[in-house]
Amino acid sequence: MAQPTGLLYSKEHEWVKMDGDVATVGITEYAQNSLGDIVYVELPRVGAELQQFGNIGVIESVKAVSDIYTPVGGEVVEVNGELEADPALVNREPFGTGWLFKVKLADVTQNQNLLTPEKYDELVASV
Amino acid sequence: MVSEPILRRTALFDAHRALGAKIVPFGGFEMPVQYAGILAEHDAVRKRAGLFDLSHMAQFELRGENVGAWADALTVNNVETMKPWQARYNIFSNENGGAHDDVIFYRLPDRWLLVVNAGNADKMWAHVNAQRASDVTLTNYHGQRALIAIQGPRSVDILQSFVDVELAPMKYYTCAEATIGGVRGVIARTGYTGEDGFELFVEGDAATPLWDAILAAGRAHGLEPAGLGARDVLRLEAGMPLYGHEMTEEIGPIQAGLGWAVKFAKPAFRGKAALEAQAADAALPKIVGLVLEGRVPARAGYRVFDDGIDVGEIRSGSLGPSVGKNIATGLISPGAATIGSNVSVEIRGTRHDATVVELPFYKRPKV
Repeated sequence: MAQPTGLLYSKEHEWVKMDGDVATVGITEYAQNSLGDIVYVELPRVGAELQQFGNIGVIESVKAVSDIYTPVGGEVVEVNGELEADPALVNREPFGTGWLFKVKLADVTQNQNLLTPEKYDELVASV
Repeated sequence: MVSEPILRRTALFDAHRALGAKIVPFGGFEMPVQYAGILAEHDAVRKRAGLFDLSHMAQFELRGENVGAWADALTVNNVETMKPWQARYNIFSNENGGAHDDVIFYRLPDRWLLVVNAGNADKMWAHVNAQRASDVTLTNYHGQRALIAIQGPRSVDILQSFVDVELAPMKYYTCAEATIGGVRGVIARTGYTGEDGFELFVEGDAATPLWDAILAAGRAHGLEPAGLGARDVLRLEAGMPLYGHEMTEEIGPIQAGLGWAVKFAKPAFRGKAALEAQAADAALPKIVGLVLEGRVPARAGYRVFDDGIDVGEIRSGSLGPSVGKNIATGLISPGAATIGSNVSVEIRGTRHDATVVELPFYKRPKV
């Protein structure tokens, strides 16, 4: 399964798309498929300060509650409000309309801790 | 070094893998939790039909003149009074009024089948052997005999061509010996979904051809393979208890709201005195249904509050697709358990409104 290029990835199966110093964060196709039907997403508030790799919310499938670990640290500048009414967007378009939140990075060098599409592909292939 | 428990596989394991199932450990077996997705499978069962592998559940065979009397002493419901071709829900009670397991007895002319939960299979096999009477013969077919369930409104139409008994006249909670897809087995009109349906007991080596044939023929009717994830949502909507959640060694049939199954008229049975005391105890917490406001699901273990006072805990919780809301069962103090009462459920530090409702959450439309 080739991963979308132009993104960075975390070991917790999130993706990051950089636009200047703002990162859009979502979960990967692999993650949404593992979770199954998503029925609720709990996201941080706009303005919240996140620590990289901190536990900042939950995604609930029909069966289970899973923690969301943010792949980047900084201030939350936007959350995907569409998910409140239609959490299954994360299943349908995990890399598109199912994005989770946007963070203004405190320190852009933290991206060095993330995985390239090739490295993430290797990770997914190994599980 | 801690070793992983060795998981068993049912006869249908390869069939599940070929269907792209997501496999999880359950009750000591590697079982399909879902194929296409829990919501899609739930929808198939409610509107058309779903096919389930339940071969992880343990099948015991009981023989002897006194099986009925013997089992009556170990369980809360009537066994001896069952007639051949009847099936009956029952609970093996402990001395404190809790439950060793909830089960179904199937009576055939020359023997009885007893189906117990997978997670309780070893405990129950030890229990029935420890309590065995000299004139009762017990055989354990766990993992050897398969159990396939077809559930949903199209079940009769899909299954009829595979069996040599007429299905439409079969009553709910009856069984028959039949040729099923060319092999001898037992068919019962039972299930755990709140829908019409049948359960098929066949030898393990006959399971895969039968599964494949029913699935192939049923596709035209909208039949889908359905996993344990959908089964759990279906049973919760139908108000049916799941051992380990609504019933445990500590939570017995009186607390679980299954008083109808406890026959105090029986002269003596295990736990009778404790269950009588529970039935008379107005302060005893009971299992109730809860419907939550909002989109956050309640989960097992969350606390329930009434006017700021902790009144109990959630035992099962999920989205209820047929209800259109999040639903749950709670073990709640009677003062807060009145139908229509407003309570709240604490979810990650926030209280969410819920209403106590009558079980089941879902009843199938009358035909």
